[in-house]
Parts: sequence; structure tokens; C-alpha cells
Amino acid sequence: MSAKQDQQCLIRLENIYKQYEMAGETFNALDGVSVTVNKGDFMAIVGPSGSGKSTLMNVLGCLDRPTSGTYYLDGAEVQKLRDNKLAQIRNYKIGFIFQQYHLLPKLRVIDNVELPLVYRGMSARERRERCREALEKVGLGDKLHHLPSQLSGGQQQRVAIARALAGRPPLLLADEPTGALDSKTSREVIALLKELNEAGNTIVLITHDPSVAAQAKRVVRISDGRLTEERNEAS
Amino acid sequence: MKLSQGVKMAWHSVYSQKLRTLLTILGIMIGIASVTVMVAIGNGTAEQVKSQMQGLGTNLLTANVVGRGAVTSITLEDAEKIADIDGVSAYAPVISGSVTVKYGTTTYSASVLATTPSFAEVREYSVAQGRFIKEIDGAFAQKVAVIGSEVAEELGMSNPVGEKITLDGVPYKVVGVLASKGSSTTGSNDNIVIVPIQTARVVLKTDAIRTLYVQAESEKRVDFVQTMLEFHLQTFFRGDEDSYTVFNQADLLKTITEVSTSMSTMLTYVAAISLLVGGIGIMNMMLVSVTERTREIGIRKSLGAKQRDILFQFLVEAAIIGGLGGVIGVLVGAGGSSFAGKWMNSPVAPSVDIMVIAVAFSMGVGVLFGFLPARRASKLDPVEALRH
Ligand SMILES: Nc1ncnc2c1ncn2[C@@H]1O[C@H](COP(=O)(O)OP(=O)(O)O)[C@@H](O)[C@H]1O
Ligand SMILES: [Mg+2]
Repeated sequence: MSAKQDQQCLIRLENIYKQYEMAGETFNALDGVSVTVNKGDFMAIVGPSGSGKSTLMNVLGCLDRPTSGTYYLDGAEVQKLRDNKLAQIRNYKIGFIFQQYHLLPKLRVIDNVELPLVYRGMSARERRERCREALEKVGLGDKLHHLPSQLSGGQQQRVAIARALAGRPPLLLADEPTGALDSKTSREVIALLKELNEAGNTIVLITHDPSVAAQAKRVVRISDGRLTEERNEAS
Repeated sequence: MKLSQGVKMAWHSVYSQKLRTLLTILGIMIGIASVTVMVAIGNGTAEQVKSQMQGLGTNLLTANVVGRGAVTSITLEDAEKIADIDGVSAYAPVISGSVTVKYGTTTYSASVLATTPSFAEVREYSVAQGRFIKEIDGAFAQKVAVIGSEVAEELGMSNPVGEKITLDGVPYKVVGVLASKGSSTTGSNDNIVIVPIQTARVVLKTDAIRTLYVQAESEKRVDFVQTMLEFHLQTFFRGDEDSYTVFNQADLLKTITEVSTSMSTMLTYVAAISLLVGGIGIMNMMLVSVTERTREIGIRKSLGAKQRDILFQFLVEAAIIGGLGGVIGVLVGAGGSSFAGKWMNSPVAPSVDIMVIAVAFSMGVGVLFGFLPARRASKLDPVEALRH
């Protein structure tokens, strides 16, 4: 791989396996996955339920380690790192967007959004500034002091997106971000993600909705833990 | 993560479960409150007794005569014989009563102690102005009086020495004023008038001695002097031990010290048990809380919280819960102490030391019993936790 490609490359998975022991048998949830994602990409991962999408997402998100294989994220080999180091990588390099939003219900919008920055030890003033900026980006600049329960599902997901953006991570990881939303709101959220991608954010998105996948620049299909390229606008 | 931010987070969690927190800290609160109250009462009583004792010397023996049949008191000569013991440095027989003191047109009620010159030494009084009563005053039954500072003040005497006063109408000349000794529970030490024992009959209408103070020359001799004193009294009253009582200051002091020591030991146990029970309560609450908040922990971890961030958050929560129990307990205890003091009309002395220690210990208990749940929380696998 050339130096230029290396610079462009944000994620590089090489022969990733994730194995689970089930009743004495080894089961490959990820079965030799190799893929690279360039900076600025918008990649959708599609596949049926149980095919290994979430498992892949957990590995990509440094929430879980692969059983074997190598994972380079932003130039660093991460699969062998200790828990604390992984936490730091999640904090600085990854912005998560979950299907269930995963906001803390007792915290106000702004307090939710600033959480990743709190764990960075950032000063209160800087946090406020960044959060305001992120919330404005998702169109919720006027909902800073609301509780999540006072917002609609679409708005909550946008808060979650703002939280993912607040730390300005190089990678946004979305696991079925529209799975809990109606089709109109889904379209809005996907439009927002697309907009963010156009502004330079790298996005990896998991979905089983073809209309959502259609919005991505690139689609890969996973089945039984194996990845196949389905469409890539760049190539 | 910054410390202040962790504390803020923890406080937020504790605050958002007010009722549960309150119920959890109830045990610690009640324990700390009752210990605070009991310590305050114990301290108050001990201080009171001590100040009372300070009015008397530690080498002092007090013989009280109740008498029997025809012999209900002793005479001056009897007193001399009874106190004739090796190791006695001084003794003072006392006849006491209450009189109305009059100076000019001002009247005042005080107690009169008719005694001998050695009374000053035995009871550790000193004279601020003039002189104490002397042997010669007694020998000639002089109507002279030494008055307490409070008496002088109450009668409005600016320069009492040489002035005339009357005690129940009997004229006396003031020859001295006692230096103030402050008050004890038995009343003011300064509200007294001392006259020669030989004049007791005229002012108190009696010469029956019922109190005899005997001072041993050293603490070591107290026991011996007490034995001999009891022996003499027993002989005098022909073996009737109910006719007299002998108090030993040192014994009394020892008993009080023993009582207060065993009381504070008991209080320590009460405190320890209530803290233990409270600690288990905190552990229980925290374990439930960790289970309930598994998803929150997963979310925090996915956002970059390290194990130590989660550990810290839960430990601080436990410390806050414990500390709150301690603080509220101490406050309730302080209120309870002053209420108990008024209600039982007994002196209370709340101990600030104990309060500070109580709060510190409550927080410590929180941390100690919060450790297991906090560790469990910090070790949760983020993938598992997020699935909740
Ligand atoms: N912790 C686990 N233990 C055992 N099997 C697991 C575990 N996690 C996932 N799997 C299995 O791995 C496969 C892929 O799961 P997952 O990645 O969740 O699929 P998807 O998200 O595509 O529906 C499934 O068959 C699932 O049962
Ligand atoms: Mg899934």
C-alpha cells in the first residue's frame, strides 16, 4: 500500500475473525473480514439479521476485540490495545450513533452532548462552545436545556448525532440509526448524515433498509460473517 | 475526566433518586444522631460533675453525720478526736444553714457556714480582700464574717471590709471577702457567708456539727485516712454504720471516669454497628443502582469513559450518600441534644470533634461499602452493557 493511500485510509481490517464458543462448537460471527475505508467515505453495511453487522460494528467501534486479524484505525493498530487505551480511542476517534439513541434520560440535551468531552477533561467553556456548535449543526440549537423525553424520536437521534460530532472524531459509526424512526424522519436523519459526509465526515452505517443504503456512496454486504462489495461509486 | 466533573455527575445521580437515598441513609442518620445526642449528654454530665469536684480538693474526705437516737451530731471536741489521724493535714467541722443577710436596707438570702479557720485550706478558698476568720475570733466568739464575692455584689458593698451586716438580725462585722470560685450544680460557691463555728448558736440556733471535712496530706494517704476516719466514726457511734457516711473524692472521680469510659466504649459500639448496618444498606443500594444503570454505564463507556472514571463516579456517589447520612445525622443530633438538654434539664456539651469524625466515618463507610458495586460497574463489558 502506497504512502498516499495510507494517508487516505481511515480504517483497514485485515482478515478479522470473531469467534464465539457455542455448545462446544466454534462459531465465526466474523469470518475473515478484510476491508478498507477511506477518509471521507460514506459506507453502508447491509445484511440480514444475524449476519454479523453488530459484531462488525463493535469491532470497528473498539467496543470489542476481534479474535484474530489486524485492525488499523487512523494509522494505529488497535486490536491489541488494553481497555483503557480503547476507551481513549472511542473517546477521540469515534462518534457512535445507536438505533436506540442511547441518551441518558436524566441529563439535559447539552449535558448529554458534552459527555465525550467531559471524559476528555475539557474545560467547561470549551465544552459549551463545542456542544452549541454541534447542536446547531443538527438544527437543535434551541433545545439545549430540554430533557430527551421532551423531544421527538427524530430530535433525540439528532441529539445523539450532535453528541457523536461534539468530539470531532474522524469516524462516525451508526448502527441502524433510522431503525426506530418513521420513514419521513428517517429521510431527514439520512439527509443530515449525507450533509455531514459532504462536509468531510467519514461515516460507516449499518442498515437493512435498501432505501437508506441507497444514499451511501458505497455499500458492502455481509452474510454469515463474510463481506462482499456491492457497490462503490469511487471505483 | 476532571475531579470536579466526577463529583458533579455523582451528585446529580444521588439527587435524582432522593427518596431512595433518604431511605438508605436513614440507618446511618439515626445511628449518628443518637451517638451525637448521647455524647453531648455524657459530656455535659461529666463536665458538670468535674466542675463540681473542682470545688473540692481531690485529697478531701467528707464525713456526713446523720446520727442515731440521742446522738445526732458531734461537737467540736468530738470532731477534734475523730480527725486525730496520722496523715491528716487539716480538718474543718461545718454547721450550715440559710439566713437573710442585711446591709443597710438591702437584704439577700445566703447560706452561712459556721466553721474553723482551716476551712479555707480544706475547701481551697482564698481571700480577695481583708482576712479569713482566725482562731482568736472563735476563742472570743467574735461576730465576724467573711462573705462570698456574690454576696458582696448582691448587697451592693463597694468596700465590704469593716462594714456591718446582720445575719437573721444578728449584727456581724465583715472582715474579708472570698475570691470567686464560680458555681457548680450544688449552687454558687460564692453565695456564702463564713462565720466562726463558736457563733453558730447565735446565728443558726444550733451547734450540732453534721459535716466534717478532712484533708489528707497526700493522695497516697487518702485511703489510710479514710479507713481511720471510718474507724473513729464507727467507735463514736458504737458500731452503727448507718449514722455516718464518708465520701472520698478520688473514688467518686474514678467512678465517674469509669462510667464515662464505659459509656463512650458503648457509644463506639453503637456507632460502629449503625455504620456497619448503614454501610450494608449503601452497598445494597449501589448494587441495585449498578444493575439498573447497566445501560448508562455502557453508554458512558462507549463515549470514552475509562474504568477508573466509572469507578470514581460510583465511589463518589457512595461517599456522598454516606456523608449525607453523617451530616444529617449530626444536624439532627445537635438539634436533639439541645432539645434533650432543655427537656431533661441537664447540661449538654455537643462535641464538634465527634461530629467531624462521624461525618468522616460515614463517608468512609460509603466508600468502603461502595467499592464492590463501583468495581462491578467499572468492569462491565461495554457491548454487554449496551445491550440492556
Ligand atoms: N456474545 C455472543 N455470544 C454468542 N454468539 C453471539 C454473540 N454476539 C453475537 N453472536 C452471534 O453472532 C452472530 C452475529 O450477530 P450480530 O452481529 O448481532 O448480527 P446482526 O447485528 O447482523 O443481526 C449471530 O448469529 C449471533 O447469535
Ligand atoms: Mg444488530
